[in-house]
Amino acid sequence: MANTKRPVIPMQNPRERVNNFSEVVENLSDEMAKNEAKRCLNCKTKPCVAGCPIAIDIPRFIGKIASGDNLGAYRAIKEYSSLPAVCGRVCPQEKQCEKNCVQGIKSDPIAIGALERYVADKYIFENFAPKASSCQPDRLLKVAIAGSGPAGLTCAGNLANLGYNVTVFEALHALGGVLSYGIPEFRLPKAIVEKEIDNLKRAGVKFETNVVIGKTFSIKDLFSQGFSAIFLGTGAGVPRFMGIQGENLQGVYSANEFLTRVNLMKAYKDDYDTPIKDLGKVIVVGGGNVAMDTARVAVRLGAKETTLVYRRSEEELPARREEIEHAKEEGVKFKFLSNPKKILPNKNGRVCTLLCAKMQLSDIDNYGRRKVVEKKDEVFYMDADTVIMAIGTLPNPILKASEAKLKFSDTGQVIVDQETLMTSIDGVFAGGDIVSGAATVLLAMSAGKRAAKAIDKYLKQHRCAICK
Amino acid sequence: MYTILDKVRLNQTVTKMTIQDEKIAKKAKPGQFVILQVHENGERIPLTIADCDKDSGTISIIFQIVGTTTKKLDNLEVEDGLYALVGPLGNGTIISNYTKAAVIGGGVGGAIAYPIAKALEKNGCEVHSILGFRNKDLIILQDEFKAVSKKVFITTDDGSFGHKGLVTDTLSDQINKGESYDVVFAIGPLIMMKCVSELTRKHNIKTVVSMNPIMIDGTGMCGGCRLMVDGKMKFACVDGPDFDGHKVDFDEIINRNSIYRDIERKSYEKTCNLFNNMPTNI
Repeated sequence: MANTKRPVIPMQNPRERVNNFSEVVENLSDEMAKNEAKRCLNCKTKPCVAGCPIAIDIPRFIGKIASGDNLGAYRAIKEYSSLPAVCGRVCPQEKQCEKNCVQGIKSDPIAIGALERYVADKYIFENFAPKASSCQPDRLLKVAIAGSGPAGLTCAGNLANLGYNVTVFEALHALGGVLSYGIPEFRLPKAIVEKEIDNLKRAGVKFETNVVIGKTFSIKDLFSQGFSAIFLGTGAGVPRFMGIQGENLQGVYSANEFLTRVNLMKAYKDDYDTPIKDLGKVIVVGGGNVAMDTARVAVRLGAKETTLVYRRSEEELPARREEIEHAKEEGVKFKFLSNPKKILPNKNGRVCTLLCAKMQLSDIDNYGRRKVVEKKDEVFYMDADTVIMAIGTLPNPILKASEAKLKFSDTGQVIVDQETLMTSIDGVFAGGDIVSGAATVLLAMSAGKRAAKAIDKYLKQHRCAICK
Repeated sequence: MYTILDKVRLNQTVTKMTIQDEKIAKKAKPGQFVILQVHENGERIPLTIADCDKDSGTISIIFQIVGTTTKKLDNLEVEDGLYALVGPLGNGTIISNYTKAAVIGGGVGGAIAYPIAKALEKNGCEVHSILGFRNKDLIILQDEFKAVSKKVFITTDDGSFGHKGLVTDTLSDQINKGESYDVVFAIGPLIMMKCVSELTRKHNIKTVVSMNPIMIDGTGMCGGCRLMVDGKMKFACVDGPDFDGHKVDFDEIINRNSIYRDIERKSYEKTCNLFNNMPTNI
């Protein structure tokens, strides 16, 4: 009888990790992985697969680990995921595959995420020869991808495997989108992101940095450059602010700016030029994964005190449980049922005080979340030197302003046909946050994967005479 | 990549560089900007496109050495390449059918004002240029402005050339003399654009300012360049960089833009020491 206990996943000690940007969660040992894999019941109904947005054949890869065939397990995952080392780290498994795990009914669910990362980390640096293309003539067909975030990379990887000639355009100087500028090093090491991208390059995907689609090249330009289809995966867009007094003071940041300064521009390192100010007392407003990342980065940058202010209660925090726990272990304080009303400056024009209203929960709204209302006349003040807004994003206006034929919803997202994933322009597809609004890495990857299939189908129908 | 083809010192702290980039040159409109990075560990900084040649596929930038990044940029020579260059970003300046326009440039802001003056003149508008500098050694683009303007006024803070005083003095004089401008374009330090806007508000003259606050990505993602225009939050990179000067909350952006001043000064001193101590033969 195999052990029925889920392994305790090794982790950097909180006291040490608050002083570094090294990865918090460590890898499973060979023995731990094998024992954990043996716990899998290999259910016929595979409920875990149903919970996975990209439908990885989970029991198959776990079975291979159990039998000692780690390479087979890696290949099994790669059939479904272009970025396994990323998924294993940032997927909310507890809400997806692991939530459905039958072992979880009586005991703990299988540590599927940790196992995925275990095999991915073992082989990511192996430089295997890319899969031979099944349809060589298609190489003549060029596909352009706008954005090198999770949606774009997944779409690119899948199309390259199908034999297309894929070029990814990225607005920034570095690749990876949110994986590079958004998610911090201690949760997703940049070496892993770079290696996953390197593996796509070896599979034939080309990358062009410093190109903004809608500015440097229009959709029309891309078609005239010989691309037969275009995938727009340009991400969520502009940061949201609360619209309260004092949001433009010195020391107020959007989470996007703060994280970009640190993760992408490496402001915390002496040999990089991008500055970051002494943080002092930090208040992060919001309760999602971005808010957790922001608070944990602030801790590592030596903030005197880091407090997360969230308008609902702990139960409603949208962030992953694991991130919340890690933030607590690292000393992040939480102020629930509180909503900022005003940010007040000191005499030098820098943030000094945050005025908050006390909130109370009320009925359940249309999205199944508890509504919150302000308690009458109950306000309080908090000391702050830095306030960081992590309350989501609004659509980016660039494509809307530059592409008159591209249709957008009232809320500013690109409209696609639910089945073909095609936008209002023939041959132009879209997916990820630009279509859904801000969501998770995995949903973006899932959209990228579905779009690759849809583009393949479209090109076979319309363009590729040989495959017809 | 992004090779520097030409480098000209316009004065002791202002440099003009011509850079090869067909993609940007093909699309660039007056008023748009690029973001560049001198080296991999460097900052991303926005600079307005001062000129572009679509035939040769080049753009020009004019910058003043004010800190670490511009110092490092100035240290590059012809045939060196930039690490990153992206654009054209922002919206081009709208050159409507104006009859008479005052184009005001403060210091290196003249570099941004020049393509606008040129475009206005090309569109049949009478251009009066008012250029302000600290002293006569810092005057740039005087001939270029003369070529596209009916009148050019130079002001210096110390009176070493032209009128002693501020650009607003000259603008006020012209308005009082009966010049009726349809529009004023003001480009320069925030405080100058604020003062020009306050003056023209009194005379009810439409005023366009070009905002160039702190930016990182330049595509709307970071929100570092936000400012309040008519009580609404705008992002200079995607909504601007041009805004109605009468509606911009200058005090707020002047305050936030000063946040890194002390860090910048230290970093700049370090960079200057580094360059000064470097042997010159390498």
